[in-house]
Parts: sequence; C-alpha cells; structure tokens
Amino acid sequence: MGRLRSVEDFHVCQRALRRAVDRHIPTLVISAGTCGVASGAQDLIDAANEEILHKGLGDRIRLRVTGCHGFCEMEPSVLVEPGRAFYPKAKPRAMARIVNATAKGEVVEALLFHDPDTGQPAPRQDDLPFFRRQVRTILSRNERIVPDRIASYLENGGYSAVVGVLKLGRPERVIEEVKASGLRGRGGAGFPTGLKWELLARAPNGRGKFLVCNADEGDPGAYMDRSVLEGNPHSILEGMLIGAYGTGATEGILYVRNEYPLAIQHAEIALREAREYGLLGEDILATGFSFDIHLVRGAGAFVCGEETALMRSIEGKTGEPRQRPPFPVDKGIAGKPTAINNVETWANIPLIMEKGAREFAAIGTPNNSGTKIFSLVGKIRHTGLVEVPMGTPIRQMIYDIGGGPVGAAKIKAVQTGGPSGGCIPVDQFDLPIDYDSLAAAGSIMGSGGMIVMDENTCMVDVARYFMNFLRDESCGKCFVCRKGTQRMYEILDDISKGHGTLEGLALLEELAQVVKGASMCGLGQTAPNPVLSTIRHFRGEYIEHIENQRCPAGVCKDLIVYSINANCEGCGACVRLCPSGAIAGEKKQRHTIDPEKCIKCGACRSACKSDAVSVA
Amino acid sequence: MRGAADVGRGAENGLAEADGAMVNLTINGLPVAVEQGATVLEAARFMGFPIPTLCHMEGLSPYGACRLCVVEIGVGPNAKLVSSCTYPAQAGLRVRTASSRVLRARRMILELLLASCPQSKVIQDLASAHGIRRQRFKQEHEDCILCGLCVRMCAEQMRAGAIGFRGRGQTLSIGAPFDAKSEACRLCGACLYVCPACQLRCTYSEPERAICGGCANLRPPCVEKAPYDDMMCYLEPCAACEIAKDR
Amino acid sequence: MTMAQHTLSTAERPLCAQRAVAPDVIERILATHGNGHGGLIAVLEATQAEYGYLPETALRLVAEKSGSSLVDVYGVATFYRSFSLQPRGRHLIRACLGTACHVRGAPMIVEELERQLGIRAGETTPDGEFTLETVNCLGACALGPIVVLDDRCFSQVNTAKARQILRKAATHREVAPLAAAI
Repeated sequence: MGRLRSVEDFHVCQRALRRAVDRHIPTLVISAGTCGVASGAQDLIDAANEEILHKGLGDRIRLRVTGCHGFCEMEPSVLVEPGRAFYPKAKPRAMARIVNATAKGEVVEALLFHDPDTGQPAPRQDDLPFFRRQVRTILSRNERIVPDRIASYLENGGYSAVVGVLKLGRPERVIEEVKASGLRGRGGAGFPTGLKWELLARAPNGRGKFLVCNADEGDPGAYMDRSVLEGNPHSILEGMLIGAYGTGATEGILYVRNEYPLAIQHAEIALREAREYGLLGEDILATGFSFDIHLVRGAGAFVCGEETALMRSIEGKTGEPRQRPPFPVDKGIAGKPTAINNVETWANIPLIMEKGAREFAAIGTPNNSGTKIFSLVGKIRHTGLVEVPMGTPIRQMIYDIGGGPVGAAKIKAVQTGGPSGGCIPVDQFDLPIDYDSLAAAGSIMGSGGMIVMDENTCMVDVARYFMNFLRDESCGKCFVCRKGTQRMYEILDDISKGHGTLEGLALLEELAQVVKGASMCGLGQTAPNPVLSTIRHFRGEYIEHIENQRCPAGVCKDLIVYSINANCEGCGACVRLCPSGAIAGEKKQRHTIDPEKCIKCGACRSACKSDAVSVA
Repeated sequence: MRGAADVGRGAENGLAEADGAMVNLTINGLPVAVEQGATVLEAARFMGFPIPTLCHMEGLSPYGACRLCVVEIGVGPNAKLVSSCTYPAQAGLRVRTASSRVLRARRMILELLLASCPQSKVIQDLASAHGIRRQRFKQEHEDCILCGLCVRMCAEQMRAGAIGFRGRGQTLSIGAPFDAKSEACRLCGACLYVCPACQLRCTYSEPERAICGGCANLRPPCVEKAPYDDMMCYLEPCAACEIAKDR
Repeated sequence: MTMAQHTLSTAERPLCAQRAVAPDVIERILATHGNGHGGLIAVLEATQAEYGYLPETALRLVAEKSGSSLVDVYGVATFYRSFSLQPRGRHLIRACLGTACHVRGAPMIVEELERQLGIRAGETTPDGEFTLETVNCLGACALGPIVVLDDRCFSQVNTAKARQILRKAATHREVAPLAAAI
C-alpha cells in the first residue's frame, strides 16, 4: 500500500485490507508489551514460530504479537481467536501443544486458566471474573491490533473516524460531539475536554496552535498510558488529528517519558507510517487539512507531567511550573495557544466520533461518562489493567475483578491517584469510582492508579514513602513545596522511627494545610493528600507509632524485631542467606536470630517454607 | 507603579504589556483601578495594604518562589491562595490580603524560613513583625533560600548571566556552572546586594579574590576565614559577629 | 531509603575510560536535534547516548555552538534525572521504587544491591563495572519488584534473585553498550 491521496483512496485501501483478513483462521495472540516481554513473551513467540514452521502450519494458524491486554499477573499469556481460549503463564515448551491443538480447532484444557476457587477451567477469556465485569472499549483493541503495523490498525477500522470527520467538513461538529459526550480529562484533573477544546478553537488562528499528548505518566503504580501507547499508538494519532481539525491546531506534540522505551519505539514507527501513508502532514487526503505530530522525549522528571512544566520541557528548558493565568489555551508553547490532554483522553476521541456522543455517554454515571482504565496493583490476587465504566463501586473492582486479597492478610485500603491522591479505607469500598466521590472522600481519581494495601502495609510508611517521592521530585522553585515536603518527610520519618510526638503530628497537619494552599503548582498543592488522608482514616496507626513505639503492620524497621517462632524445623535455609550472619542454630533445632546483628532485610522471611519468621 | 523599564519585564509570566486600559478589581472590599498589566501586588501596595515579600524586587521580573506574598482570591469553595507578585490584576477580581487563610500561610512560611535561615536579618525582621517567636522544626543553617534574586539581578540588570539554578528539588542550588570561576562574572557584587539571606556562598576557585559576605553568616563562605578578617564590612554587626565575640 | 543523588562536582571520577569529546560530533548533534521541539533536552539526550554521560567539555561545546548560555545548559543538564554528569559503569542497574514495587518490598532489594556492590544508589563501583540507580516507576507494576540490568528486565525480584542478577552480569562479560540515555 502506498501513499493515500484522497478519501476514496482510503476507502479502497481499507476495504482491500479487510477483505484480505480471514477471520476464521485460528490466531494465537501473544501480548508482548513491556510486561509481556519482561516475563518472557519473546520465548513464547519464538517457540510458536518454530513449531508452525516445523509442522508447516503456516496456512492453518496465525500468530499475532500485540501490546498489553491487561491481565499482567498472568503474563506471558496466549489468547486464541476466534475461540477466546486463554492460556495464562504459558511456558515455551508448552507452545508446541498449543499450536497443534489450535490448528485443529481444539483447546488444551490442562493449560487453560483454572478458577482458583472452584478449580474449573474457563473456556473463554471473557468468562474469567477478571474480565467479565470489564467494559473494554479501549483495551479490547489492544488484542486485535499489531502496534507496529499501520495495516493492522486500518483493517480494524482505524482512521475511519477522522476520515468521516474530514468528509463532513464541519470542524465545529467535533467540539459539539466531544462536549455532548461529557468526556473529562483522564489525566487526573477531570476537566471537561469539550470545553477545553472550545476555548482553544476560539483562540485566534494565524500564529499557530498546539495540541499536546501528555504521555509523561509519572504516577508510580500507574501504567495505563504506557499500554495504550505501546499497544495502539495510531489511536492517539487519530485522536489528535480529529482534535486538530476541530480546534484549528497546526502542530501536535507527543511527549513521552523516557522510562518507556517500547512506547517511544512504537510511537515513532506509527508516526513514520502515518506520514508515509499521507495521514499526517500537508493536505491530508487532499482535503486541505494539514497537521503533523512530533515526538519529544522526557528526561526523568515527574513534575513535567504538570502542564506548565511540560510546556517548558517541550521548549527545552528546566521543567519549572509557573502560575496560571495565563492558561495554556491563551499562552502556551512558545506563547501560542495550546491544549494538553492525556493519552487515554486522546484514545477515547476516535471512539466518540465513531459511535457518537450519546452512546459514549450511556456508559458511566451522570457527569462521569465513559470508561476508565485503572491499574489495579499491590496486595491483590489479580493485578493488571482494568477498564470499567465510571461509577463502578470500589468493592466490585477489588473483590470481583481483582479477586480479593492474596493470602490471609485482609485488605485494608486502596490508594488512588498516586502521589497526589489519598487512601480510601475498606469501610468506604461501596463508593463509586468517579471524580467527585473520590474527591469527597479525601482522595482523587488521578490518572487511574489503584494500589491495594493490606494488614501488612503500614499507613505511616505509605505516607512517608509518598512524601519522600514528592520531595525528591519537587522542582524546588517554590519555597513552600520544597521545604514543606522536606519537613513533612522529616516528621513522618521521626514517627516511623518511634521518635514522633503528638505535637509533631499536629504540626504535620498544620503544615500540610499550608502546603496545600500556598504551593504554586499541582505537585505541591496535592502533595499533602497522602498524609492528610492517611491521618484522617488511619489515625490509630499514627498514634500507635507515637505513643507505643509500635508499628502494627510490622513494617517500620526501627520498631520491629525479627524472631523465629515454633514453626521452625531447623532446615537452615535462612542461615545461608542472612547477610549479617545473625541466625544461629543446630540442624533440625529451632534457630534463633540475634537482634543486634539483624538488619531486617527480610531474606530469611522470604526463604522460610515453614512460616517460622515472625515480625513484631 | 510600573516604569518604562519595567514594561515587558513580566512577559515571562505572561503579564500583558501596559497599554493604558484600566482594570477594576476589589481589594479587601475596596474598589481599586489599575493599569492593564499590573499585578495584584502592585495594586495592593498602591492602596497601601502591606504585603510581605522576599523574592520580589522592583526592576526584576517577578518569580513567585518565596510564597510570602500570597493573597486569597475568589470567594466560597473556589477561593484559593496565589502569589500576588505574579498574578495579573483582572477585572472583577476579589482579593483579600489578610484573610485568616493568608495569615496562617504567612506565619507557617516564616516559621519554615526561620527553620532554614535563622541568621538572616531580613527574615528575622519579617518574623518578628508577624509575631513569630519560635519555629517548631529541626533547625538548619542554610545560607540560601533560593529566592533567585541574585540570578535575576545578574541576568536582567547586570546583563552578565554568570550564575544560575542547577539541580532540582532538595539538591537545587545557585552558582556558576561546574562551580568553576565564571568568565561572565564582573565581580560587581550586585548579587550580594540583593540577597535577603545576606550571604552569597563563594563559588570562586580562588577565595582570596572573592568579595566576601562572610560576616552575616555563622560560618564564612569559604574554608579559610583569615583572609577576610581585615576586609571592610559594609553590613551591620549581626549574629555571627556577636557569637564570634562571645567566643 | 536512598534516592539517586546528583553529584555536581567533577572532582572524583571512576576508573573507566572516557572518550574525548569531538567538536564536530557536537555540531552534528546540534544540527540534527537542536532545532526541533525539546531543543536543548533532545541535544543533551543525543550527547549522552554518544558518550554514555554528559562530559563537561561536551556541555561547554553545546553552549558555545548553540548560543545558549552555559548557565542554561548546565541548569537543564542537572535538572533532569536521566542525565548523568559522571561517567557510568559498564553495566547500569536500575531498581524500581514505584509504589507497587514499594509495597512488595523494593527498598529491601535496593539495600541488598547496595550491600553487594558496596556503593549507594546513584554511585558507580570503583572498578567502573556497575552503576546503581533507582527509578520512580518503570510501568511494569504487576510484576514488581522490578530490577533492570542494562536492557534486561527482571520481575518479582527478591533479595536472593537480586544476588543472582549481579552474578549473571559479572560472569557474562557480554556486550553492554555504554549506559544508554534512559
């Protein structure tokens, strides 16, 4: 396929690609995003290819390498189309069996996902509790699309939405539709996207306008944007094309954080292919509409996710935020009107234009329409990326989809919104997950990170961890944030070491309020959230650390002692691993740990098969 | 108010050039009209309302780093604190320069300043003017509050641009690149003149050639104090000198 | 818990060989990267990819040839974490300290790596073999704790596995490019 020179060319090309697809041939779909590759997906791919070649099955079975599907805990995994059989944690040596069975239209039942509670094999991926409750408008496309091939995107209907918009020829229609959909920014603040675009459209044309895709996903624990960009980069490009047409933007920038090399690679390939096909650049499809997108890499600064810092970074400067007004739509990059949106927001745009605003708004709750992708991680049985309608109760997310706690420890809280968010305790798990409910509970939706915490998580340690992160990532410009995060960390550190006082706790709360109010940018303004929410919902843990020098969850190093209990069978596995030689004991006799030498590294605890190491 | 030399200074922060149009806003309940392009700080001071500042100086671009000049704008649940030195005066804006939220913020900021830089007379005066007699944090003795006045002075007024910010967050500092002697520095001393902490850490590779600000610090900026003992000091005796005398 | 620190003084250098900086290389980099968006940051990323770190001479040349002030170049080079003004070791070990990895015990992994290598995070071993850094989330949260050695990613790392990773790197003197720009 060469350059597409007209709308008609596009339709001809798409029709031809679709006709060439045989949807009946069984296909092995292997998810090879960053997680997949890290857990060995490449070995699966190699093994599958080898078997297909060896047995000459090339015309009876296909192999499709895609981005993340979302059930990361189970990777490397294989999904079979069209039957939807799901093989979790597949091993390379099992691929031969899977290939041969699939070519015959059969399944290898022993290797299917078995329900951990009932032991029953699940015939289809969609039956799994993890997937059943999801509404995978965006993530399902990651299963169908090969990210480094534009043909794959086109044959799945890609770029039809923007072509439809161009054919209609009415830019204001884009704004109307996006407004009607009720789409709110998926990066965390939840600002109505349609309104933002309306403001940009109103800004005077002539000097140039920018659209930016913020892929600086810095919240630790959140990786939705990575998987959308890795798995379906063209959806972002298409979204930006639609946005540009509707707002009059002349140039697009895709800002990707440096720590996502695969996403950068796939985005660069997608940009190159889109330009080759004539879908980006001058006079796209001879409609007179011109737009191009450039990739800019981040360089390791969480603060650059903040929009004014992001713009400065794009200009090649230090990522120091500035006060608003002026807002980016008035004065942005190089002083020109700019609108910045998150990756997931952009991914929703082609879907809105294709299905229509009404269908989009039918999902979710009033004022919170559509779906949202969350990264469900931490102390939970099924970790991964989950796409659900807005308004889904937390309880459903954690117990139905996530499978509840891993092991015996009970779930205590879920942290949402990353370092800008807060902890929601288990007794509030009936809350719906939407912008407003989470804010009322003292947290925020944020970019979608949901970190589950159990009885073995210390909430003081969690607050201390976030404060350490924030004081490290603060740009340092404004005194309140720079010193405030440092001082809040000092107080939290003292508490975690058993040196806290009640006055210190009161000072912490007082300081937190000032940092929240007087900081210049979002980083400082939301930095106190983890502290304030953990104090609000888990005050008891703080008091326990302060008054009794005790860490109930057994985490804060200075307050715990490692010891060996009666379960010890004297196998000596721990002795070998102890880096400070603190464990002693006779074979088959209960061993002991010398508290003077013990550095509480936890090696013995992970090695012990008898659960004989107690931490208290 | 804004002189001719100041026009365009606020361009970094996106403040519009003065063009003669007037803007009507309310400060502490009183109506005030200022030129388009003026900041809330300028408007408030014009009315005689006291607003403390540290990193602000007439003739230099506003920076908004010290946060002492915060005021409350808006009403109800959307009211928020903003730094008045960088916030443009806008039509219909409702400003309060001494609401309880503003005062709580100012007092905490001053406590934090005392906790970092107790020897600065400027900070001590500001603190006592607000009735702050103690600070509740671990005492540090830093000689720089990173207000950036020296950087802006060097770049904007002296047009040398010899020093700048480097690092980030807790490792943010000011100095010449690579801590090496700067060819752009003309030894004018303007950075010392504007510094509210009254001290500039000597970054030269030949300390005996440097201009000293050592007397205002509890420790001299460079390793050896002896070369400075007979340098003429243009600053009032301060804590460091008093302590040295007692020893 | 330690975080990667920037050492600003150029006094100490580990014992690995450093290539001399050639002015025409800098000019080439400026011509390719200097004019687009990202500007100076893109230039520094390319320079670091070339030399494995940002040598002082390179930064001075960038300032001289691009017209940006040295103060600005130095400011940008020291602001962003992915830039290193110190030469890095043959092997770059990055341990993720994101939230999901943290609740699964990542700080203990970092301590173990520090103990085994005899350096703190952000430093390079005296023999120039290993540089240890911490990263705030690599985005593989379901598989944490994560340790990346050069470009190989290890998941569900515990203290024992951390030791294995170091042994692997030490014995396979495999081709490891000078620490890449990320």
